[in-house]
Amino acid sequence: MMLDVQGLRTGYGRIPILNGVSFSVNEGEFIGILGHNGMGKTTLLKALMGFLPATGGRVMFGHDDVTTVEPYRRARLGLGYVPQGREIFPGLTVYENLRMGCSTQDSAEEDIIAAVLEEFPRLKALLDRTGGALSGGEQQLLAMARCLCGDPRLVLLDEPTEGIQPSIIDEIVETLQRLRAKRGLTMILVEQNLDFIAALSQRILIIQKGAITREVAPAELGDASLVGEFVGIAT
Amino acid sequence: MDLVALLAIQVLYAIASLALISVGLAIIFGMMRVINLAHGEFLMLGGYAAIVATNNGVNIWLSMLVVAPIVVGLIGVVVERTIIRFLYGRMIDTMLATWGLSLFLVGLTTAIFGNTTVGISAPLGSFQIGAYRTSAYTLFVIAVAAVVLAAIFAVMRWTRLGLIARGTMQNANMAAALGVNPPRVYAITFGVGAALSGLAGAVLAPVSGVFPTIGVAYVAKSFITVIGGGAAILTGTVSASALFGTINQIATFVTTPVFGEVALLGAAIVLIRLLPQGITGRFFRRGL
Ligand SMILES: Nc1ncnc2c1ncn2[C@@H]1O[C@H](COP(=O)(O)OP(=O)(O)OP(=O)(O)O)[C@@H](O)[C@H]1O
Ligand SMILES: [Mg+2]
Repeated sequence: MMLDVQGLRTGYGRIPILNGVSFSVNEGEFIGILGHNGMGKTTLLKALMGFLPATGGRVMFGHDDVTTVEPYRRARLGLGYVPQGREIFPGLTVYENLRMGCSTQDSAEEDIIAAVLEEFPRLKALLDRTGGALSGGEQQLLAMARCLCGDPRLVLLDEPTEGIQPSIIDEIVETLQRLRAKRGLTMILVEQNLDFIAALSQRILIIQKGAITREVAPAELGDASLVGEFVGIAT
Repeated sequence: MDLVALLAIQVLYAIASLALISVGLAIIFGMMRVINLAHGEFLMLGGYAAIVATNNGVNIWLSMLVVAPIVVGLIGVVVERTIIRFLYGRMIDTMLATWGLSLFLVGLTTAIFGNTTVGISAPLGSFQIGAYRTSAYTLFVIAVAAVVLAAIFAVMRWTRLGLIARGTMQNANMAAALGVNPPRVYAITFGVGAALSGLAGAVLAPVSGVFPTIGVAYVAKSFITVIGGGAAILTGTVSASALFGTINQIATFVTTPVFGEVALLGAAIVLIRLLPQGITGRFFRRGL
């Protein structure tokens, strides 16, 4: 098992958001996470990355108990993070953003970046641009490429299709499928775009009020009544 | 003609000394958003470190260029590890803590060295420009400033350390998510900023002498320069030093040194009024 989360609790300051989240992810799996706005999807990924202290529960990453481990150490253990909003370094060039992604690696930066750029050919023409001067779609590709430069074993991907045009969404789907085949990537994917999540995930977890309440198969997402219950703005 | 050359050297010297006393503060403020009110005392400690080392038989160049930055840099790391790191993101608390530190350092040095000015003599002679004589040490200070600024530029622009520093400054959490340890970056940054202040204090010691409260004289000017410069550490320091140094020196030349200081302060007030974000908030935004 690659990741095992048991009874995870966390929140912002005194405000609890996750009240006992439990699930696990096997090696090579793509897991989707679905939930209304504000249900705690981003909070869960931040907690997995170590940005929010766990107030209860346990997170095992491979054989390591990482419940109280700092974010940079989790990154070095092989956790990759592509946050909601991309968080590109705005004043660094595209190439420098990728170099930042190599921080956990010992081998030569140029080789790592060259290999990653093969997966993201669109970025090749943009290497000298500053990150802040990229479009949303380009920033999303850069954020994923930057994450892959760290050669992560498990990638946490938060709403990659938010505000992105359909043609680039298709490109992202293809890229991720190719990466899964080639690198044996494991991924936790938070999404609102049902086609996207159905195309990529093997299992989909539903998060409601700070806990995982259900697990559904991608095929079930065709069911309109079910969908209204789990996505969009909570009523 | 000779007079113009002399004035040019003096203007360059004014710019160089402003840049030297400000750059450590600019790095610490620009990278970490920490307002270090003990900055003047770091400069003062650099002066004492150079003088004590020289008086104990260390070569004077070694004392100024190597011993002083190392000593003050180490003090900076200790200060960061024991005080500053608990206060990140709490600007007022850091200001109070570093103000307390500044009072403590003044008290400590007064207890050790007494409340008198000690000096080392400028270890270079003077040279002739036409009818005028000027100290060769002036040129040395200008050269040190140029080398320091060029070195900072090179490290920030071309080394992995500089890249990590810039990335962490822009988004520390994202840097951490990529495997960078921000507290370590901060400790190094604070140490480097302190070391540069120590170097500046040592290099200027032969010019101004050193006494426990000399930091007060430095700190106001360096804050003005850093605020006037704005967000970009290097371009900001250089452009603000150039502006204020030129105004200061020309006013001094035309009238008296006292009026030169007044002109500097006046220029700073006008600048901040016109450009609240400093020079680089408006121009050279892409600069380092
Ligand atoms: N920094 C914060 N401080 C306090 N509360 C926060 C903070 N960030 C998020 N919250 C609250 O935590 C809850 C969960 O937020 P989270 O961002 O995890 O939702 P989400 O499921 O990712 O939503 P979305 O689909 O809109 O991205 C929300 O009620 C939100 O208001
Ligand atoms: Mg979210």
